[in-house]
Amino acid sequence: MTDIPARAALSSASSGSALLTLMKLRTFIALIAVLVFFSIAAPNFLSAANLILMAKHVALNAFLAMGMTFVIITGGIDLSVGSIVGLCGMVAGYLVLNGIDLQIGYTIYFNVVEIALITLLVGILIGAVNGLLITRLNVAPFIATLGVLYVARGMALLSSDGRTFPNLIGKPELGTTGFGFLGAGRLAGLPVSIWMLIVVALGATYLARYTPLGRHIFAVGGNERAARISGVRVNMVKMFVYMFSGFCAAIVGLIISSELMASHPATGESFELNAIAAAVLGGTSMSGGRGTIGGTIVGAFVIGILSDGLVMMGVSSFWQMVIKGLVIIVAVVVDQAQRRLQQRVTLMQMAKAG
Amino acid sequence: MNMSAGHEIILKLEDVSKVYAGTVAVKQANFEVRKGAVNVLVGENGAGKSTLMKIIAGVEQPTAGRILLDGKEVSFSSSGDAVNRGIGMVFQELNLFGNMTVAENIFATREITNRFRKIDRKEQERRASEFIDRLEAGIRPDMLIEDLRIGQQQLVEIAKAVSLDARILIMDEPTSALSAAEVEILFKVIADLKARGVAIVYISHRLEELIRIGDYITVLRDGRITGQEDVKNVDTQWIVRQMIGSDAKDFAKADGHVPGEEIFRAEDICLPRATGGLAVDHVSLSLRAGEILGIYGLMGAGRSELFDCIMGRHGHASGKIFIEGIHIRERDTTRRIRRGLALIPEDRQREGLVSILSVASNLTLASLSRFVTLFHIRGSAERKAVAQMVRELAIKVADPAQEVSSLSGGNQQKVVIGKALLTGPKVLLMDEPSRGIDVGAKADVFRTMRKLSRDGLGILFATSDLDEVMALSDRIAVMSNGKLTGMFDRAEASEAAIVAASALGHGPAHLAPAHGKQNR
Repeated sequence: MTDIPARAALSSASSGSALLTLMKLRTFIALIAVLVFFSIAAPNFLSAANLILMAKHVALNAFLAMGMTFVIITGGIDLSVGSIVGLCGMVAGYLVLNGIDLQIGYTIYFNVVEIALITLLVGILIGAVNGLLITRLNVAPFIATLGVLYVARGMALLSSDGRTFPNLIGKPELGTTGFGFLGAGRLAGLPVSIWMLIVVALGATYLARYTPLGRHIFAVGGNERAARISGVRVNMVKMFVYMFSGFCAAIVGLIISSELMASHPATGESFELNAIAAAVLGGTSMSGGRGTIGGTIVGAFVIGILSDGLVMMGVSSFWQMVIKGLVIIVAVVVDQAQRRLQQRVTLMQMAKAG
Repeated sequence: MNMSAGHEIILKLEDVSKVYAGTVAVKQANFEVRKGAVNVLVGENGAGKSTLMKIIAGVEQPTAGRILLDGKEVSFSSSGDAVNRGIGMVFQELNLFGNMTVAENIFATREITNRFRKIDRKEQERRASEFIDRLEAGIRPDMLIEDLRIGQQQLVEIAKAVSLDARILIMDEPTSALSAAEVEILFKVIADLKARGVAIVYISHRLEELIRIGDYITVLRDGRITGQEDVKNVDTQWIVRQMIGSDAKDFAKADGHVPGEEIFRAEDICLPRATGGLAVDHVSLSLRAGEILGIYGLMGAGRSELFDCIMGRHGHASGKIFIEGIHIRERDTTRRIRRGLALIPEDRQREGLVSILSVASNLTLASLSRFVTLFHIRGSAERKAVAQMVRELAIKVADPAQEVSSLSGGNQQKVVIGKALLTGPKVLLMDEPSRGIDVGAKADVFRTMRKLSRDGLGILFATSDLDEVMALSDRIAVMSNGKLTGMFDRAEASEAAIVAASALGHGPAHLAPAHGKQNR
């Protein structure tokens, strides 16, 4: 290649990649934009108390969205997370109030740590059911998790006949007190749920970047056949992502019932849609193979801050829905534009490499 | 440029350039397409052939220059424009709908309907079978595309283009997935079209093929036209010189090392076909360390299926495999890879690569466990292995973090090979390793095969290219209709014997048994 076109290619490539960088950071820019906007438009928005409150709201969606991100990266979808939130909340509430009746005159009461672990296990098991339906019985993820959505919700309602488990304070003599810690407790000034979010997010990021399992998740989503031929255990990878999604949903179930000190069987309805929205806003591709935990969390913050900020400004909840929908659509449109630009830049790089 | 004026010029490109955002894919090309002749276009990957063809087919618009059709300047704003003016194209990447039947694909966007605008399926299938039957590939018009093998799909693509009744028909590597027998049939079809005055633009990497059927040849290098001649005045050496600027050897020479002990044995491999019968029919073979065993066969002979069975991709396959005399009982791909088997699949895009991941991630995908302590991927170890593989296989990539889809076909193939090699295999299965890659990359691949066999690997490679199997193999196995029909030492192998063995069991009864009448 002669000197002049080479230089021309170089300069247009660099302007292209500047735009590309800008587009890649779009969710982050959106986050800053909503922060700036509401700190001007809504009084008290930037107060520490409000920020922490918002972060707690966001954390709930962020947990679900992280699990959803891995599922979507493998090319699947998990519609059952909202129901798992509800069912796991009921499991926790039931265990605090009633323990397990062994039918021989004894009832086992668990302490709060044990209850939390059992609840998480229930979430993971429901995820495993999703995974088995998808990998063993070849049910499409949309259908399998839709079915589990109904089953889990129904079971949550059955567990209390549709009633709420109130006053999960527990009894000191049974060792079931302290359930409120997850929802209301603080460590070093930050709510426990935020700490948990940080831990799970760091763990998930590490998993995605530095472990074979993480690499395999992307490979399965990018090209399942090629992954299989390369020796990736595709079914195990899929099992894992649905179990992880169930795990994340169980955490949310625990936190919500702990915050309210009550479990309501309808908790978590339509949470799955918010989780999908956050993942998509964060750059996860619905066709699989692309997405990051960091992006998803930023996406969850954009959605969360948007709705909380609009509430503070007194915008009607009907308008909130319209705005949220528009934001998601714009995000995907920009995402597509970025793909095209990316391809162009790649082409130019190819041309430069000769 | 002393072209004989035996054929009328139907299409002419004058000083056509195509610039993609700062790079020049085609530079001031002058290209003439003649009626009733095969106009061959040849060049290495990335030389600009496909771009030039896309300009003619209206898929891309030229940045500069003129297109003259029948002496009048034209401009195509879409491929539909070009089709309306009688220009058809067989694309290199298959543009078929897998979920539709052969007939539906052939008549896509110009469905035959009855009075009530309802699609006339019977009529479509009847008309489709006129085109399909000419290709003698045993395809029925009511078959689903996704149930066909790649080679058969390519034939459907060709039938589709032929059915357009085009005056100019562009074929971009139509033979890359075809066996020798199908190539012959295709050539018959081409001769037929020529006789009807159709101008054919033919792109291929197989040089002998070009010499055989071409009338005029144009060579492209780096977007420039470097040679234009009557085919009768040129030979392969001339083409190669124009393409890469010097003479090149096609095949790496054997180095005369002697194969060692048996490293791999397959016994009685059977694979039932979904439609009944056996796709792989009691195949047994043995391979020695350092030996290259070529498996020659026509399309549908069961070569790829045999490899799939060996890799454990079919749960319902039967038979035993042994590595270094040890019976491999593991039935899944993951553990078979761990035992020393590796497959380089035929279809790079669908089975070889995860195209949205980086070159590095693709290379190490099958061997990640090598770079892991506990559950952590050691980045430095991985990078080192990647850098070494890039160097050893001469993969042209600026940065291994680049997406693998940004590489040329030949380099992508090297990535697939590198991925297999990083698993530290004892036995390498290569399915059509040179399919759709340019001369330079082919030579690299063949050199690599030689080197690996010298290092003591056993290599099984399947091909439908007779020259390739003759030049590279220590022994040649021939498959036909799922059965192993011949096994030759290189010394005693003759092309005639191999071709004869590859046609065993391919009676007319094999062709479309369910399609009652073969009206021809």
